[in-house]
Amino acid sequence: MDWAIVIETIIKSIVVLSVVAAMAGFATYIERKVLAFMQRRLGPMNVGPHGVLQLAADGIKLFTKEDIVPQNAVKPIFKFAPVIAPVTAFTSMAAIPFFPEFTVFGYTVTPIISDINVGVLFVLGVASTGMFAPLLAGMSSANKWALLGAARTVIALLSFEVVSGLALLAPLMMIGSLSLIDINDYQIAGFTSWLIWSQPMAFLLFVIAGFAETNRTPFDLIEYEAEIVSGYATDYSGIRWGLFFIGEYANMITVAFLVSIIFLGGYNPLWIIPGAIMILIKISAFIFLFLWVRAAWPHVRPDQMMWLCWKILMPLALINILITGIVLI
Amino acid sequence: MSLEQFSKRDVAPGYILYQGEVEPKTGWEFFKRAFSRTIKGELFVGLWIVLREMLIRGNSHTISYPQEKVAMTPRYRAIHKLLRLQESGSDRCIGCGLCEKICVANCIRIETKLDKNSRKEVSQYTINFGRCIFCGYCAEVCPELAIVHSGDYENASEQRAHFSLKEDILTPLDEFKANKQQEFSGFGALSNDADSFVKKTPLAY
Repeated sequence: MDWAIVIETIIKSIVVLSVVAAMAGFATYIERKVLAFMQRRLGPMNVGPHGVLQLAADGIKLFTKEDIVPQNAVKPIFKFAPVIAPVTAFTSMAAIPFFPEFTVFGYTVTPIISDINVGVLFVLGVASTGMFAPLLAGMSSANKWALLGAARTVIALLSFEVVSGLALLAPLMMIGSLSLIDINDYQIAGFTSWLIWSQPMAFLLFVIAGFAETNRTPFDLIEYEAEIVSGYATDYSGIRWGLFFIGEYANMITVAFLVSIIFLGGYNPLWIIPGAIMILIKISAFIFLFLWVRAAWPHVRPDQMMWLCWKILMPLALINILITGIVLI
Repeated sequence: MSLEQFSKRDVAPGYILYQGEVEPKTGWEFFKRAFSRTIKGELFVGLWIVLREMLIRGNSHTISYPQEKVAMTPRYRAIHKLLRLQESGSDRCIGCGLCEKICVANCIRIETKLDKNSRKEVSQYTINFGRCIFCGYCAEVCPELAIVHSGDYENASEQRAHFSLKEDILTPLDEFKANKQQEFSGFGALSNDADSFVKKTPLAY
């Protein structure tokens, strides 16, 4: 066995874990600031200059809060469920190429933990497994709001999973590979070769499904405060709740990377802008879109979401596949 | 005159009664509604509005409270103040007891005694802020404009008796000497044109 690869993989994993966790933490600050400005508020202002260190204050609060396990909860599952959220979120990042290849001290680094040939399938599959976290958390909490949240998790999964899978099928038919590196290299010819131009419908559908997959605002029915308090997380507090939070933001970053790589040209350089900067710009823009939509749009009801996914988006995805197939032949 | 005119008094002429959206009946109508909603672009109007508000600089309506405070209007009724006479600096309060009498919450208590010149002196003036409803009757009824409402709305304290004793609400002497006592222009104060209403007492009667 080649020990160099093992050590390299471990280092990469640690780097991805720490950088993405830090990004997820910082995204919470950005989210509060962006939402505040959009709603004519100031947002966090007191911890550090313009509240930059609010993240540290939040972390101290989360870590030192009393850990409460409800009396009637199924305790082993209740304690285990929060771990699933960040674990699946970070595991799904194993197949994502974050940056183009670069060379450090004469050693070529490929910033992907494992280039498996079913990359997209792996990412989507593991990210969907993350839905077990709210499901198990809600069912083990012995709380009716949490149980409703768990039920909504299932219908959300059943709704968006169809759309995201079928939406991705059309571009994958054109590329002929599931590896995200191949998908990226397919769009290497520049701006006009981005898949968003040849597959605009698939892009739209996948973005909508991405919002549903990360439980972001138009589709955040599993933790909708006005209806079911906090959904699956009603009984959670402290660091256990924080794990759900990290998982949600890591998922946002995963979806942002997926959309950037599959539809927006990935980490290919554009004009004089190097590829690494390009993908950072793209995922920043996409995460801003997440926050923007949260500030502007209302929620949908569960029945509206099922209606939208099954009656509108799925037929559109099927028509898109059909047209793509006819064009390809 | 029929009964109908009385039973529909809330509908003035010229009102348009909104009947609500017409529910689609057939599948084709449902499809048309979904399609028109899809291409209407109302969602993008919402997106544009929040983006516009974000991009305007200095658009925040937040008052960062401990550093910034709202200026209270003169008529705002917060914690009471006892004022001093401008000339001599002694209390304005003559201990007439009108405020104690009119107080609807029965929260003012005045203790008076005769001082060595046989003049009435207010020895203690307390307001029970646990009962005070800040109606302002005391300030309105006061003939000397001695008890007034100040703008001090920060009445959190360690002791429930705070703010309520005479030494708490009376203008401190050093503050008075520094000419910091603001003349009260709010509830119960004389209006600006009060002088024009003063008439000579008709002694002819």
